[in-house]
Amino acid sequence: MRLAIKNARIIDPASGRDGVGDLHVADGKISEEHARPDRVIDAKGLVAAPGFIDLSARLREPGFEYKATLESELEAALAGGVTSLACPPDTDPPLDEPGLVDMLRRRAKALSRARVYPLGALTVKLEGERLTEMAQLAEAGCVAFSQANAPLANTQVLWRALQYAATFGFPVWLRPQDAWLAKDGVAHEGELATRLGLPGIPPFAETIALATMLELVRATGARVHFCRLSTAGAVELMRAARREGLPVSCDVAIHHLHLCDMDLGYFDSNCRLEPPLRSARDRDALARGLEEQIIDCACSDHTPIDDDGKHLPFAEAEPGATGLELLLPLTLKWGEARKLPLAKTLARITCNAAQVLGVSSGRLAAGAPADVAIFDPKAPLRVVPEMLKSQGKHTPFAGHELAGRVRYTLVAGNVVYEA
Amino acid sequence: MQRNPQLNAQGELQHLLSIEGLPREILGQILDTAESFVGVTEREVKKVPLLRGKSVFNLFFEPSTRTRTTFEIAAKRLSADVINLNIALSSQTKGESLLDTVANLSAMQADIFVVRHASSGAPFLIARHVKPHEHVVNAGDGRHAHPTQGLLDLYTIRHYKKDFSRLTVAIIGDVLHSRVARSLIQGLTTLGAPQVRVIAPQTLLPSGVEALGVKVFHDMRAGLRDCDVVVMLRLQNERMKGAMLPSAQEYFKNYGLTAEKLALAREDAIVMHPGPMNRGVEIDSSVADGPHSVILPQVTFGIAVRMAVMSIVAG
Repeated sequence: MRLAIKNARIIDPASGRDGVGDLHVADGKISEEHARPDRVIDAKGLVAAPGFIDLSARLREPGFEYKATLESELEAALAGGVTSLACPPDTDPPLDEPGLVDMLRRRAKALSRARVYPLGALTVKLEGERLTEMAQLAEAGCVAFSQANAPLANTQVLWRALQYAATFGFPVWLRPQDAWLAKDGVAHEGELATRLGLPGIPPFAETIALATMLELVRATGARVHFCRLSTAGAVELMRAARREGLPVSCDVAIHHLHLCDMDLGYFDSNCRLEPPLRSARDRDALARGLEEQIIDCACSDHTPIDDDGKHLPFAEAEPGATGLELLLPLTLKWGEARKLPLAKTLARITCNAAQVLGVSSGRLAAGAPADVAIFDPKAPLRVVPEMLKSQGKHTPFAGHELAGRVRYTLVAGNVVYEA
Repeated sequence: MQRNPQLNAQGELQHLLSIEGLPREILGQILDTAESFVGVTEREVKKVPLLRGKSVFNLFFEPSTRTRTTFEIAAKRLSADVINLNIALSSQTKGESLLDTVANLSAMQADIFVVRHASSGAPFLIARHVKPHEHVVNAGDGRHAHPTQGLLDLYTIRHYKKDFSRLTVAIIGDVLHSRVARSLIQGLTTLGAPQVRVIAPQTLLPSGVEALGVKVFHDMRAGLRDCDVVVMLRLQNERMKGAMLPSAQEYFKNYGLTAEKLALAREDAIVMHPGPMNRGVEIDSSVADGPHSVILPQVTFGIAVRMAVMSIVAG
């Protein structure tokens, strides 16, 4: 199958290429050959970029099929131009056994939609006590190991886990949050939580944990990716860690680039997120950190939740929001606010994420997998939850006017979505 | 920002969920209406027909005797039918969701839901899902608000002090966990009390409490100086050991109200407490029963204030 994408504004953040031209695809790869195509897509007025890579998207299988299924969420991914995604291990049971990972990979592959990269559980049942069989999990297809949002309070276990992972060169993905300081908290500790009477999570719950983890990176040499940073203090710690040359990277969720604790309004459970939405100052520091590449990537932290999980008092509501279909428009909104060229903006959800994930996609160089998102960056998008493909309809951005609509999505050279 | 969900399109009180964001005029209207009901509660026939034929459902997801009883009395004095549901012991344990419970009761033709819930914001969730003719009155949600308690405190202060514009009010104790404190602070700042103080150790103050418009004191003697109104908060037993406080004895020594400390306040200061009191923990018996105490009148006014609130939202 040969495909030609004509007249597109081709943006390849990895090489800095940004110009109108044609893009050729052959045998599932980006090709320099211009042989007669089987299909031509006229992409005049549209941008053709590498398919987006989302570092955190929950597909809810196994165990939470009533909230979402692989089918529904991978469909949502393609509608959002996401061609690769990492899924956290907090399924039920958690991804702590090679058999489970193998099954997930097979199911995802059979659907031949977006590429799914499972993160294996770092500890058995995510309980933070015993290490999983990381080498066997890696063989089954895990690209890294993570606790998802489950606490790992025992620093002895954390130390050993990093040592063990470092032995085999496995990356570890951690969300820094001190389990004791965050206990029972549901909102950013600050004026708003005080006013609403919500138990708070202080910002130092994140920075203390991050400082501890960085110290353990120094001690073990483990490669660690820090997930979902939420505080200005964490951005500063990462800045110093990068200057020092530690083998670390980090990401931020798209919600935290645009929202702060004030958006909770009158207990809006759509704003119940993990980590919590923090102060406007933190939000601005995260947006700046992403611009300065102290933070490598933006991710959707996609978490489909059913109505029963959200129609509850704020503290009891399940944390998380749907996001796969909003990754592009919210990343574009961030880039626009920072006045960045499109190629720089898109790097945060393409080549930078590919590097964290250790995959060869995320760029449009000849020979790279032909994972492509073709989109109209200016097309208005009003967020109407019922119109999302994801089974998760809950998002704090419901009703917002954004811009950026995906027209075609290609995975391995196949057109898997068009609108 | 959403419109204040307590007010209808005409700016009238549709639900009472929190004192925060209520205009001064509405607070005044509630207090004035309550004043007219104080007479009723002293009559031989203690009833007015304002809510005749209406149903008030007391939905208590958290156990309470005192607040539930005063709401019940208030509703009965307005001639409403009162149904008490102790949900802490029924449907919640059977796994029925909060909104299912409310939908079921709504099908039984409710007019007012009086809601107490352990989770901050629960009455807001209910108010978003009830029918337009149904009203929600918050009887205490988590640490967030207890607006009728705040209003009865305001009523008591107005009764004894007449005017808010020159008052110094001290609120003492566990502000962190107190919905009573939050509601009273919001009421006092709305009505223009020039100085509201909170007195407590750091462990019992929420972060950024100053943003509520209060002045923080850790030294009780300094904080009590020249106060017109002293409000003591209840200290829950479970806070008295562990990481919040070392012991009840040490707490009483530093933050318990004794006659000797009260002497630092103004000569005509009043002492209030939302009850139930822990004698010897936050307040000495000689003060609780002494001449400055208005703790029992608070309870009486509480009925008139709750009558006022229910008659205004459903009237």
